Formats: sequence, structure tokens, C-alpha cells
Amino acid sequence: MFARLLYESFWRQKRRKLLAGVAITLGVAVATAMIAVATDIGDKINRELRTYGANLLVMPQEDTIDVEIGGVNLKPPSDGNFLSEADLPKIRGTFWRHNIVGFSPMLPVNISVEGRSATLLGTYFSKKIVFGKDVTTTGVRVTHPWWKVQGSWPGDESQDVLLGEHLASKLGKHAGDALDIAGHAYPISGILSTGGAEDDQIVARLALAQAVLGKPDAVRRIYVSAMTKPEDTLARRDPKTMNPELFDRWYCSPYVQSIAYQLQEAIPHSHAEQIRQVAQNEGTVLSRIKGLMLLVTLAALFASALAVSAAMATAIFERRQEVGLMKALGAGKVAVASLFFAESTLLAVFGGIAGFFAGSFLAHRIGRSIFDSQITIQPVLFPVILSIAVIVTFAGSAAAIRRAVQFDPVFALRGDA
Amino acid sequence: MSNPRAKSENAPEKVVERRANAAHTSMFLRMLWRAAVLRRGRAASALLAMVVAAAVATAMMNLYIDVQAKLRKEFRNYGANVVVVGKDGTSLPGDALNKIDATLAGRGMAVPFAYVVARTTSGQSVVVAGTGFAKVQKLNHWWSVTAWPMEPQGALVGKRALPVVSPDGKPFDLSFQGHTIHLTPAGTLQTGAAEDSRVYLPMAEFLAWSGVQPSTIEIAVNGSQEEVSATITQFAAVLSNADIRPVRQIMEGEARVLGKTRATLYAAAVLIILTAALCVLATLTGWVFDRRRDFAIMKALGASESLVSGFFAAEATALGAVGALLGFVIGIGIAAWIGRVNFNAPVVPRLSVLPFVMAGSMAVALLSAMLPMSLLRRIQPAVILKGE
Repeated sequence: MFARLLYESFWRQKRRKLLAGVAITLGVAVATAMIAVATDIGDKINRELRTYGANLLVMPQEDTIDVEIGGVNLKPPSDGNFLSEADLPKIRGTFWRHNIVGFSPMLPVNISVEGRSATLLGTYFSKKIVFGKDVTTTGVRVTHPWWKVQGSWPGDESQDVLLGEHLASKLGKHAGDALDIAGHAYPISGILSTGGAEDDQIVARLALAQAVLGKPDAVRRIYVSAMTKPEDTLARRDPKTMNPELFDRWYCSPYVQSIAYQLQEAIPHSHAEQIRQVAQNEGTVLSRIKGLMLLVTLAALFASALAVSAAMATAIFERRQEVGLMKALGAGKVAVASLFFAESTLLAVFGGIAGFFAGSFLAHRIGRSIFDSQITIQPVLFPVILSIAVIVTFAGSAAAIRRAVQFDPVFALRGDA
Repeated sequence: MSNPRAKSENAPEKVVERRANAAHTSMFLRMLWRAAVLRRGRAASALLAMVVAAAVATAMMNLYIDVQAKLRKEFRNYGANVVVVGKDGTSLPGDALNKIDATLAGRGMAVPFAYVVARTTSGQSVVVAGTGFAKVQKLNHWWSVTAWPMEPQGALVGKRALPVVSPDGKPFDLSFQGHTIHLTPAGTLQTGAAEDSRVYLPMAEFLAWSGVQPSTIEIAVNGSQEEVSATITQFAAVLSNADIRPVRQIMEGEARVLGKTRATLYAAAVLIILTAALCVLATLTGWVFDRRRDFAIMKALGASESLVSGFFAAEATALGAVGALLGFVIGIGIAAWIGRVNFNAPVVPRLSVLPFVMAGSMAVALLSAMLPMSLLRRIQPAVILKGE
């Protein structure tokens, strides 16, 4: 009898059930989309923050100090120590390699071009790095995304060079001209604009700078761009003072400090340090944006919970005549209430399932259109969302059901309630 | 439930007299008022839905407008977004800083830097910079400094420069073009960049020692990208013999992250406001539909179609307006709370949001009243009164 009542209620009142179902589906969809976006926004913004460039710098351990003003090196070129280019792929073997977005080796060499002294900067543009089975492309196009080239980027195997825009206007050179460096003519493939010291420099592939310097395999600096976790008290502690358990926890967290530590382990005779301008600020920006989205998600959950309970309350209130009839025919309060609760649970489950998939689709669209990447929806979200939907629907209908059960059947049937 | 009219304390003849003398409009108002009072429960739940929707909408719009300013403040912690340098590495004219400060007019901060290459007693080269410590401290939050120099002749020594100039932390001498200065390492500086290899001095002492004027001015300009570009143009107009360079690394990163955050917040705001509006629609539609008997009685007593529609429309509009006002106040509160929790600064209440919330609320309320009305209009009053 109970099952039949339930079935008939859904069968005969399609419009009302549909309305309540739509409200639940919509509420759950918005909640799912917002939770998915909020849980993933940290990762997405972290990736966007990489537009600020490298946050780690690797240099030779026993390095002499730099004597440079405004990007112009005033030290003899052969001075100081170097890292080995052959060690570079080992960066892809570190524990947090998947958090390392890219790296660029740099080798500045003092040269003279057409009677002027200038700096030739050797680096990777977009070079394929092979480490075991792992193949990635890396270079300044990844770590320095604000570099703009008028003309075309040189290939990592070509003899082409990039000329900084200030130096280009001083020399009167354009893309397509040739530049004479140390007795060789190199074609200029493009004019580089960075808003930094490189505007006064010549940028070429690493091997070219090594050849000019006469030190094959030499690298002066490595700029590493990594996605990190905002710093906390554990991050700032000295790893030497930690007990093994704490050290493991520190080592296995993507703090900028622990990634620096791992880079030092990977590259012999190196010293890695965070670039504080980039590393220190991204933590605050990230936590602000995450906090904002969390609070907004709370607001969304609140609004959708309210929408669901309002729809349920309205749906039940409209049926007080039915309740009157049931009670007049001798149904107890428990029987009436359990019918309504069964109905809301069914609605919540169906609405919840439909809403979850609609919400996943919505989150997917948001991820595509705003971040150009997938927003991953954890499968664990499904039971969580479904139980939230059932609880909210229950809570929303509880008050209305209580009132419906208390109607005097006489008034309810007369329509005076 | 008994007939509420029996509760009236007025004698019947007085009521009749008062009703007879009352103007026609007061009947309309009376109907509105009694409808709200008699069905208190339903009216209250409709109003509640309205208030919550308006509050959420206000909070989201307010946040959306204000979050840009809040995040910009965070982004200024990245330091200078514009750099002014002398052409070809020469010093800037002496009045450059004053001109920049006048152009900025409080919309940012400018910090001068002067550089020379000095020699230590052991003959090693080191870059020495002169600057204003108080300003640098504000501009470059990321500088990790053990102690800022307070005493005269106190120097801020970069972490990597320290072993070169003063390995044992004792006072040291630096010479530039025959002039020697005696300095005490007051604190160490760590940034992970070029600053680590330098020694920083207060500008006055630096000038007295080397006589070299500032060659670089780092400027943090507040405001949107357009405002910053406009300020750069103004700088170019007043400083003819200097290079003005926007720091692309900082400006592009900021634009990108800010744009994405705003887009996400926009999507969230649209979703939330839509949900809230649908909640109102569901509640109000139910409310009006529920009162089809009132509607039928009014029509049976001879009320015209337009009067009845007007009555329900006025009711819905009033509900929307009251709900919007209350919701606006609550929404401002929510936005301020979010601002305090997340940004440690309250979100400024934007009165410009009120007309939108007001119009939106009234429109949704009207729509939710008109939907069931158009349905009811087609049905004969007798059918409704019979309860079918």
C-alpha cells in the first residue's frame, strides 16, 4: 500500500514533482560546480602564478659574488664557478618533478658587438629534455612567459640569435639582419622585448654562448619554475634540526624550501635558493584567492540549500487537502510523515544524481573557458554531494511535513487551513 | 483556526461607517495589508526567500566589484611595476624623483637607487647601492632582513656579499675613486636575486661618499592596467631624458591572475544569483497559486481583471522592494565579513549595487506573481471556488 501510494504520488503529480526535482537538481548542480571549482582553484591559480616566472634559482656552490648593475656584468667572463649542463636532466628525476613546470639554464658571456660591449646570454628556448623515459620541453618560453619576440623564436639547434630591443635600436639592427659576434655572423631571427635587463642583451642558444666562452658544458645559473605549497612554520624550519619523521613530512611537501633542497641533491656542487620576490608573494596571493573562493562556495551552498528547502516546503504545503483526506480515512501521523519523507528522499536521490552530473558539466565548462584546462572532479565528491542533497531536502521538508501532519482534516478539506 | 475577523474589537456599525467614508485607494491598501497580516506564515516565508536572495546577490556583486581593488593591493607586494632608468646607464637628473612624486600624487611609491662598483681592502669588487631604507622596506616586502640599519655608517650587506666584505662581521672599508668609507654591517639581506651580492647604504651617506646620483627609480604605481599605462605616459612627458620601462613580468602576471580570479568569481556570482532567483520564483509562485480562492472571490464579487492583476502585482512589487532593502543591508554585512576574514580589510559598501538588487528583486517578484496569474485568468472563478 505504501509503495503504491508513493508510486501514484509520483505518477499523478508529475508537474509538482518535476518542479521540486528541478529545484533540487539546480541546487545540487550549483553546489557541485562550486565545490569542484573551489577545490581545484588552488592548483589552477598556482599554474597561473607561474606567469611570474621562476621562483627558484640554482647556482654553483662555491660561487663568487656577482658584480652587475642593471643586468650588465662587470666581472671578467671566466671568473667564478660553473654548473654542468649534463646534470640538467636530473632535475626531472627529483621527487617533486611533476611540480616543476620548467627550467632554463643561463650563461651570460661578455662580448663586444660592433665596438660596443654587450652581454650574450645563452639559454634554452624550448628544448626537449630526455631523462629516462620522461620527455619534456623546457626553456625560457616556459619560465619567462612575458618575453615577447618580434619576428620568430630561434630553434634550439639553430645559429639564430635574439637581439634585445634597446640594443637593437642602438645598433640599428632588425630581424633578418646578421650580427657579428667573435668573428662569426649570426642571423637575427627576432627582436626580444622583456621589460628587463635582457632588452640590452643578445640571447642565443646555450651551446653558442658556451662556444664563445670556450667552456663547453658550462652553465652559470638555472632558473626553475615550480608549483609550490604556501609556506608555513614547518616550511621555514631548518631540515638539519628535524627528526626523521618530521623530515620526511617536510621533504614530501612541495614547499619552495624542500624543492630547493631536492634540486641541490640532484645537481652536484650546487646551491639552490628561492627567489623571494616571486616565491614569497605567491603564497599570500594563493591563500587569498583560495579563501575567497571557499567563502563564496559557502554562500553558494547556503543559497542552494535554501532553494531546495523552499521548493520542498512549497510542494508539501500545496498538498494539505491530500493530507486531510488521508487523515480523515484514518492514517496516523507517522504514516503521513513517512510517506512525505520517502517522497523527499526519492526526489533528493534523483535530483542529486542529475544535479551532480549537471554540476560536473558546469565545472568542466568553467575550467575550459576560464583556465583552458580540465577541472578534475574527485569521485569521492559524489557520495558527499548526494548525502548533502538528502540531508538538505530532509531538513527543508521537515518543518513543512510537521505542519502538514498537524492540520485538522476538517479545515484542510474545507480549504481554510 | 477560527475566522480572524471575529477578533476585531470594533463594533460592527463603526466599521461600516469607517469603511463607507474611506477613500477607494484605502481599500486597495487595506487588501494588501490584510493579505500580508492574515497569512503571516506564508507571507513571511516568501519575504524570507526574497531577503536571502537579495542578500546573496548584494554580497556577490559587492565582492565582485571590490575584490579587484583588494587583490591589487596584494599584488603590489610584488614590488615595482615601473622602472625609470637614465639613458645608457647614466645618472638621472637631480629633480627626477621630485617630478615622479609630483606625477604620482600619492597613487604609488617611488624609490631611488644609485649604484657604484667599489673595492674592498683586499681588492675585490663589490656593487654598492644607495637607497632610502624606509621606502625600500615598504616597496619590497619580500626582502628578508635581519636588522635594518639605524645608526650612521650602518650598512645592509647582502648574504653573498658578506663573506667578501666582512667575513667575521667586523666593520669594513670600501673605496671608490680614492674615497674611502668606513661601514659597520648592521644587518644581512637575503632575496635570492642580484641584491644578495650588494651592499646597501642610506642615500645621504652614499651621496656624500661617492657623489654618484641615482640611476634607477623603482616605482610601484597603484591602480588598474589602464591607470598604470596612463601614469607611464605622464612620466614620459615630464622625464624626457630617461627610459621608462614597465616591468612586464609583474604587470602581465598580475593581469593574468586577476583576470582569471575575476572570471571565476563572475561565474560563481551568476550561478549563485540564478539559484537565489529561482528559489524566490518557486516560493512566490507557490504563494500566489495558493491564493487562487482570494482571486476567485475578488472576481466573483465583481473586481475587474486589471484590478485583480494590479493587486497581485502591487503585492509582489512591495514584497520585492522590502525584501531587497532588508537583503541589501544583510548582504553588505556578509561582504564586509568576507572582506575581514579573507583580506583583513572590510569590503566597502557599494550603494551603486542597490538599484540593481532593487530592480532585480522586483522583477523576479513580479514575474513569479504573473506566472500563476496568467494560468488562473483562464479558469472560471466558480471552478476555483468549488475546489477543483
